[in-house]
Amino acid sequence: MDTLILARLQFALNITFHILFPTITIALGWVVLFMLWRWRRTGESPWLAAYQFWTKVFALSFALGVVSGVTMSFQFGTNWPGFMERAGNIAGPLLGYEVLTAFFLEAGFLGIMLFGRERVSPRVHVIATATVAFGTTLSAFWILSLNSWMQTPTGYDIRDGVMHAVDWWAIVFNPSFPYRLTHKLLASGLTAAFLLAGVSAWQMLKGSEKAETRRVLRLGLTLGAVLIPLQIIAGDMHGLNTLKHQPAKIAAMEGVWTTERGAPLLLFALPDEHAKENRFAIGVPRLASLILTHDADGEIRGLDAFEGAHPPVKPLFFGFRVMVGVGMLMLVFAWGGWWLFRRSGWQRLPRAWLWGLSFMSFSGWVATVAGWYVTEIGRQPFIVYGVLRTSEVAANNPGTMVAASLAGYATVYLALLIAYIAAIKRMAEKGAPAAPTATRPLAAPVISRSFT
Amino acid sequence: MSALPVIFMALMGLSLLIYVVLDGYDLGVGMLSATAKEADRDRMVASIGPFWDANETWLVLAVGLLLIAFPKAQGVVLTALYVPVVLMLLGLILRGAAFDFRAKGDPAHKRWWDAAFAGGSALASLAQGWMLGCYVTGFEDGAAAQVFAAGIAVALTACYLLLGAGWLLIKTEGDLQRRAVGWARRAWPAVVAGLLIVSIASPWLSATVRTRWFDMPGLIALAPLPLIALLALAALRGLLNSHRVLGKLSWAPFALMVVVLTLSFFGLSYSLYPFVVIDRITIWDAAAADESLRFLLVGAALTMPVILAYSLFSYRVFRGKVRALAY
Repeated sequence: MDTLILARLQFALNITFHILFPTITIALGWVVLFMLWRWRRTGESPWLAAYQFWTKVFALSFALGVVSGVTMSFQFGTNWPGFMERAGNIAGPLLGYEVLTAFFLEAGFLGIMLFGRERVSPRVHVIATATVAFGTTLSAFWILSLNSWMQTPTGYDIRDGVMHAVDWWAIVFNPSFPYRLTHKLLASGLTAAFLLAGVSAWQMLKGSEKAETRRVLRLGLTLGAVLIPLQIIAGDMHGLNTLKHQPAKIAAMEGVWTTERGAPLLLFALPDEHAKENRFAIGVPRLASLILTHDADGEIRGLDAFEGAHPPVKPLFFGFRVMVGVGMLMLVFAWGGWWLFRRSGWQRLPRAWLWGLSFMSFSGWVATVAGWYVTEIGRQPFIVYGVLRTSEVAANNPGTMVAASLAGYATVYLALLIAYIAAIKRMAEKGAPAAPTATRPLAAPVISRSFT
Repeated sequence: MSALPVIFMALMGLSLLIYVVLDGYDLGVGMLSATAKEADRDRMVASIGPFWDANETWLVLAVGLLLIAFPKAQGVVLTALYVPVVLMLLGLILRGAAFDFRAKGDPAHKRWWDAAFAGGSALASLAQGWMLGCYVTGFEDGAAAQVFAAGIAVALTACYLLLGAGWLLIKTEGDLQRRAVGWARRAWPAVVAGLLIVSIASPWLSATVRTRWFDMPGLIALAPLPLIALLALAALRGLLNSHRVLGKLSWAPFALMVVVLTLSFFGLSYSLYPFVVIDRITIWDAAAADESLRFLLVGAALTMPVILAYSLFSYRVFRGKVRALAY
């Protein structure tokens, strides 16, 4: 294997591991804030217990997100030095703003959020928790701005082969940014929703149900049921935006080899890069054209129009179908579960449904990673779409060194992933703590005054 | 010549100095936890619990500023440091993860996480010292440079251990605090030896550094720098023999160590300026475009005071002797 492939694998491994955790924490930060707020408002101890449990999950996810994020920032320089040399005038300030405005904010207030509940006033504690949630979301704002700019670059010119910023507003709010940010935030909400519902369902199955479990299940199902249709709409709009700006990506996602009108929506096929055709294709005639151009006879440009500059087809074709497939399952489980749960007066769900939800606990991860691959592999062979090729910015490192570090990261990440899931399982199955601290906050009158 | 690269070099240096002090003490505590008793270990971890995450952020800022402000040097620096960077990252990943897992994972595995916590801390510290050593010699290859880098790896690790012991003097009491005095005493000679080796070896290895430090009358003007550092180290050692270090003056060893590190930092900056890579790339050669630096400077000027303010607030919230962590 050549070094470029190894460096790509290393980066792919890193972003795959990294994205799992922000995907949870971006939305879970707001969820725990909601639980804290409910407890302060109502004084009902199950909300406090829910807050305490899910804060633990948040902290664990946050820590893994931080350590893998630090690694990514270094990998830009160790493996892709050309990226900053050529596009650093634009990518640099966006990354800088992320660190200065968001990363520090999250890290600075996390300590108070986690450990400061008895050291600061309730008001300050809520503010610290809100600040962490806000910082996490702001972080997503900057990173997605940069990522979107790499997909749809605007606001720059090129002098002596180096990109220079011309219009910062156009750079930050580049054409695909609003769609990508919305899609990502909703994905995070869904990931958190299914984790909440899945862990609660598991607790009910394993007999480790606690006073707060039903509330959390209801919260997770409601969140999932509300967000999934929004995500379908956002995903469709994002797809239209991609068709406009990155038609080669769409052609690969849909397996369209030659430009055609009335393209079918392929439900299944085996794309063959050598023969440039799909084998075993099963499709709905004209539906792809209808979805993408809102016209059953609309023209979709095929891969033949992008000879030598289109992404590999298989990962996009399958990645897209995995993402959409998981989304459909989410729709079924969230709506069905919500309806069944409501019908029982928020009391119980059929065991089969509990099993299904438990099985879906990490479904958000699957959809996110699949979608992430479609996005990132879909940008290839460019690192900045249409401007800068990935192969141009790679470092000239010895292959053995890259391979050895790849093996090192892979081992550590795999071990941590197993430990992470095992820790959540263990925390979920653990019996209720002896007695949840105080049914009402100690200085109840003061608190209710400051929070109503 | 634009002043922007100088400003960004200063910001990057400041972030690195803050990082060395802040993550230095928590890496030190991490390494010391290897020799502590089970019950003490929980208190040691609790003493850094609310802070380690924010401390590590300064490293992200420092490397971020290198990537952002000096794009034409970052490739040279980071690819030359490939191996220690990977080792440092693996160390930081392990210890950061272990911090949470030791409390949330299976109790039967706790001692493995404890080992990952201490081992990861040591790996990260040694790798950082190694990186600093390579950087100071301008990534030279010869045997002398290798020995020098290994020496700095040990010296920086000793500095972290001393900082960590100083932190524990402030944050703990009783038996653990007395043990911290012992740890500090043991780290002290290594710190002194390490700083002396750096001071002798850098001018010996680099002609640029040599002329800069030993030209008259500059030598006289610069003399206070090492002298004050030596005095601070001597005072630190003296304090460790006094019982007051357990009470009123428990903050002093940490503070003196900060003085020593700050002075070393200025000495090093003086040796290197205006190079990003010594004798090869100046900060102006390496800098990003002015309009990009200006755009970022606005943000940095607005946010850095705020960051410092809420960091101080967080330290104030958790002031005093450490209590068990629970949430």
